[in-house]
Amino acid sequence: MSDGKVSATLPDDFFFADRSADIDAVRRLQAERNAVAARKKGSKTFDAADQRTESTKASLTESFDTTLYDRDGANKYAGYDTSIAVNEDEEMEDANEGHNLVGQYTATRSQIDEMAHGHGVEEEDILVGREKSARITDRETDYQKRRFNRGPLTPTRADPFAANTHANATMEGNGQTYREIMALRELEKEEERVKKLIDEKREKGEDVTGFDATLKIENGDKENTEAGSTVDANTRKRKKRWDVSPGATEVTEENESKREEPKPRAKRSRWDEAPAPAAVAADAAVKKPGRSRWDQAPPVTAATPVGHQGLATPPHPSQAATMAPPTFGTEASSRFAPWSDEDLDMLLPTEGYKVLTPPPGYEPLQVAARNRMALPAATPAAIGGFMNQQPASIRSMGTELPTEIPGVGDLQFFKAEDMAYFGKLMETVDESTLSVEALTERKIMRLLLKIKNGTAAMRKTALRQLTDNCRKFGAAALFDQLLPLLMERSLQDQERHLLVKVIDRVLYKLGDMVRPYVHKILVVIEPLLIDQDYFARVEGRGIVSNLSKAAGLATMISVMRPDIDHSDEYVRNTTARAFAVVASALGVPSLLPFLRAVCHSKKSWQARHTGVKIIQQIPILIGCAILPHLKGLVACISDCLSDESAKVRSVTALAVAALAEAANPYGIESFDEILNPLWTGARKQRGKGLANFLKAVGYIIPLMDREYADYYTTQIMEILTREFSSPDEDMKKVVLKVVSQCSSTEGVTAAYLKEHVLNDFFKGFWVRRMALDRRNYRQVVDTTVDLGQKVGVSEIVERLVNNLKDESEPYRKMTVETIEKLVASLGVADVDERLEMQLMDGMLTAFQEQTIEDVIILNGFGTVVNALNTRVKPYLGQIASTVLWRLNNKSPSVRQQAADLIARIAPVVMQCDEDVMLNKISNVLYEYLGEEYPDVLGSILGALRSIVTVMGIHQMQPPIHDLLPRLTPILRNRHEKVQENTIDLVGRIADRGAESVNAREWMRICFELLDMLKAHKKGIRRAANNTFGFIAKAIGPQDVLTTLLNNLRVQERQSRVCTAVAIAIVAETCGPFTVIPALMNEYRVPELNVQNGVLKALSFLFEYIGEMGKDYVYAVVPLLEDALIDRDQVHRQTACSVVKHMALGVAGLGCEDAMIHLLNLIIPNIYETSPHVIDRVIEAIEAIRNAVGTPVIMNYTFAGLFHPARKVREPYWRVYNDMYVQSADAMVPYYIDFTEDIMPRRKELFIHL
Amino acid sequence: MADKLRTIQNLEALQARYVGTGHADTTRHEWAQNIVRDSYASYIGHPPLLQYMAVGLNEPKEKVRMQMLEKMVRGAGNPPEIED
Repeated sequence: MSDGKVSATLPDDFFFADRSADIDAVRRLQAERNAVAARKKGSKTFDAADQRTESTKASLTESFDTTLYDRDGANKYAGYDTSIAVNEDEEMEDANEGHNLVGQYTATRSQIDEMAHGHGVEEEDILVGREKSARITDRETDYQKRRFNRGPLTPTRADPFAANTHANATMEGNGQTYREIMALRELEKEEERVKKLIDEKREKGEDVTGFDATLKIENGDKENTEAGSTVDANTRKRKKRWDVSPGATEVTEENESKREEPKPRAKRSRWDEAPAPAAVAADAAVKKPGRSRWDQAPPVTAATPVGHQGLATPPHPSQAATMAPPTFGTEASSRFAPWSDEDLDMLLPTEGYKVLTPPPGYEPLQVAARNRMALPAATPAAIGGFMNQQPASIRSMGTELPTEIPGVGDLQFFKAEDMAYFGKLMETVDESTLSVEALTERKIMRLLLKIKNGTAAMRKTALRQLTDNCRKFGAAALFDQLLPLLMERSLQDQERHLLVKVIDRVLYKLGDMVRPYVHKILVVIEPLLIDQDYFARVEGRGIVSNLSKAAGLATMISVMRPDIDHSDEYVRNTTARAFAVVASALGVPSLLPFLRAVCHSKKSWQARHTGVKIIQQIPILIGCAILPHLKGLVACISDCLSDESAKVRSVTALAVAALAEAANPYGIESFDEILNPLWTGARKQRGKGLANFLKAVGYIIPLMDREYADYYTTQIMEILTREFSSPDEDMKKVVLKVVSQCSSTEGVTAAYLKEHVLNDFFKGFWVRRMALDRRNYRQVVDTTVDLGQKVGVSEIVERLVNNLKDESEPYRKMTVETIEKLVASLGVADVDERLEMQLMDGMLTAFQEQTIEDVIILNGFGTVVNALNTRVKPYLGQIASTVLWRLNNKSPSVRQQAADLIARIAPVVMQCDEDVMLNKISNVLYEYLGEEYPDVLGSILGALRSIVTVMGIHQMQPPIHDLLPRLTPILRNRHEKVQENTIDLVGRIADRGAESVNAREWMRICFELLDMLKAHKKGIRRAANNTFGFIAKAIGPQDVLTTLLNNLRVQERQSRVCTAVAIAIVAETCGPFTVIPALMNEYRVPELNVQNGVLKALSFLFEYIGEMGKDYVYAVVPLLEDALIDRDQVHRQTACSVVKHMALGVAGLGCEDAMIHLLNLIIPNIYETSPHVIDRVIEAIEAIRNAVGTPVIMNYTFAGLFHPARKVREPYWRVYNDMYVQSADAMVPYYIDFTEDIMPRRKELFIHL
Repeated sequence: MADKLRTIQNLEALQARYVGTGHADTTRHEWAQNIVRDSYASYIGHPPLLQYMAVGLNEPKEKVRMQMLEKMVRGAGNPPEIED
């Protein structure tokens, strides 16, 4: 098979023999080849097991349409069950073991059983999952979650730039100054450093505590090594505590607790634990200090409850019934921090007590942080007194939570978490007793709640109120409530969007009043800049840019400066992104001096890293707008390329890459000074750093002149070829990208690539493993195609052609795709005969061996065959036999693909003068028209259409008068692909060879076509409409028109509209005089739908016939008169659109009298208010203006422009404005004379009002 | 309601682009001003017309053009006093 000799083995009269003999011959030959192929293990090429055994072929002689021509003998009920099965589990079998003509689709057994038995239905509430997934935190990565590590919002800052510093001082009082913040950052950094030192010491096993707490055991080393921040580690640590012997109770100084001091993160260490019941009992019995474990839920079985767990914690002052989440409200959470061992030792007496051991089998109860937080909210009134412990979950609370808040109204939802923020609104207070601040607070709270949880209408008004009054409320009151809301963990997308919108609106109004809050706003907005969601990022950028415009550059820099060398990488990253946005908002030049200073910072590498990162982000944001400042930006980072820190070097290379990418194809001169460090640097780097350097190189080379590009490419190629064999995925990607960038640069020659790159490239990347990963696959294909553009098709194909027979399917696919892309863009002119043979052979093998039918291989095959054109003739026999063999395959997708291939290669077959072969194929296709799978049927029809197109109607085999009757029943198929292909085929036949079929058949088709007018796809409706035109032309308009006019009576609007279009098309093809009389006669039917349909048809008709309409204007004017004075709005509206098309058609052809007559009838409709009607009316007036000239219409408008009633003036001004816009110059000669000092009025025109 | 808002916005956009368009609250003076300006602009914009007028006035074409340009300022006289 694969040796290309098949066509030689075919008998000479192969295609002339009787059809069944043909098939037999094909079968026989296939069988021979199968025997050969079968010897090869695992080949799919001609596996007889694939073939369909029972034939679904249609006979060529029998009548096909069984609904019209009853076929005798067949049992109508064959295939149906005649009784209902008793046992529901019994599988239903196909009655005759054959195929049904229509695909049967039903639910799976398990689905049906599930519905029947209700398995798994009650337990699951599908809404729970949905509600969860809307939460932002649930889809955040660990990195993004680090935003919560930033801890509480920082205190308000002082505004050093305020115009009136004195006033500011009195107003804002004690904001943090820049100096304080910088000192704080220093402290944090120091803390971080000490902590790291301690950790290192621990790693080494040294003892770091000078203090031995009572409750600690001696072998502290072991536990210290485990003392990570994880819950598990802590739990274990705790458990050990109970084993301690009571002897060791010296109180010494503890330095451990000192470093835990201000960090809420560290405080969490003991949150999630519950004590043993015994311990609680003991604690409760012994002494109050048992409270130290205030946050632990008492066990359910406890005999003496220690009181409600919420009791121990004084509630947050502003949130009466609930607890604040631990993330904000610094002072509060530090006050309620768990007691340290040191505290306990100081409080408890050292003698007379002993620590009990936990009972055997004790398991600490783990309560999730979230649940615990919600606990108090569940029983808000439970302060004091005995309470039964109830398991509280968020869901069970959902029902108890109110949706109606006093003073707010009905909300869409109200979540448990909202209680923490809006709980205050639930209390009923006498508002007259409240202070102004408290009132404002309540007001803002209410508005925010409405915006966050309210319905769309509520939200709108609340948002407007908030923005209008925000200066009155003041920035402090607003942001103090707004920003904590945005820090909420359970925030959902929609809520965040709305709150961010509030910030945006408020920013505009507040102006420089926001300055003290800039940092707080940034803390909540910066996470948006690294959100996965594109729109969230855009939103975040919008806010930051508005913020920087409102606060000004100086404030922005002074606020963000301390974060630039923050110890947390997350903070630095987000700050860099925010800074880039600031640069894009306020202009790069204004920020450049600052950036230069940061990038050259001597103090810390973190600052330099962040500075470079800012510069990397700027081009990503503003693209080619960096060009004017390119030199300055490059100058900032040029020194960092040889920085001592690897991280800085790495990010610098990335920044260079980003700058060069944005600058492409300009700006090479700006990079001049860094070329040398970049290239020499690339030689020194290894690993990830090298990848980044190469990336930068790859983006700079395309900017260069040809000589330079050549030189620099050779310089870097050595490293690139070395890295071809790198196992690192990232490196591979970068290398591929750089190779494709280098090869598409002008200066790099084909000879160079052939000599130095291709061999290594193919060795490194054309391996099977690369085809398995999607992104690698894509990269390799693209890069190879780019190389091919330079070195030519044959060079690449020669290396690839053997892969087409590779045993790995993805690898074959990758090869085919590469060849397809190359051949499609460059053709096959330089492919010699031997290669051509190998190529075709390989393509055929790849096509036949596919296990998953993929469009890639099909496209590749089609493209190659079309590119080879007549050169493909020797292989056609082979291709044809393969296709015919595959057309009978069991798998529908194989059949579909075979048919698709025919559609693609039919033109080439014709070019090769193989029309006999085409005839044979079309005969086979014709037999397969009984295909049951709609997708396959569609493809078969497509293939037939393609053959009809190239063969011509008259040479077609089977003859058209046989083919068309087969298509009529298929027109009834509701599958879109089938519809589209049939209607296309039928339309083509109607267009070119209508006479070969008799009129009755065409009428039958007309009836079928009417149904097509209901199709969803526009293409189908359009094709159906055009076919009406062709048919009408072929058999005369009368019969078709009758059918169409009758169809105007149907209920469906779309069908009527399409019928109207079809009538217009018939009129266009057969002349208006054949249609208009019948149409006008139909208008006499006293039925609204019909009359409207007629008007609609007239509208389309005049649109299509254009100038020809001038002969029919006077004929239809009486009809239009009637329509324009009808009571029904739609009537007048449609009549207006008729007038519009008519007027535009006859403009300048002298039907002014008729047009003015119609205008007189239209003008009163100017007061219509329904948008559709008034639009049509105005359009009609505009069209008439074109036909009769501007002055006439002007006369009409003068009457109403200054009418005392506004309702009159408004529409007249609309007409006037349209006139002014479209033909102002024509108005000038007809303006009113203003010499008299009276209002221009022309009494005679008042009749129009 | 929303429709009304849209029409107002459309009208604003239209007026920003075409100064001569009006609306229900256009005063007689504004309208007259626009008409005067449009007329002069049209005369100047059609050279044959300008030539014709220049010949009729027995003035150079350029002079007539300048006169017309000047007349376009306050073409319809001073705006009426606004009474409160």
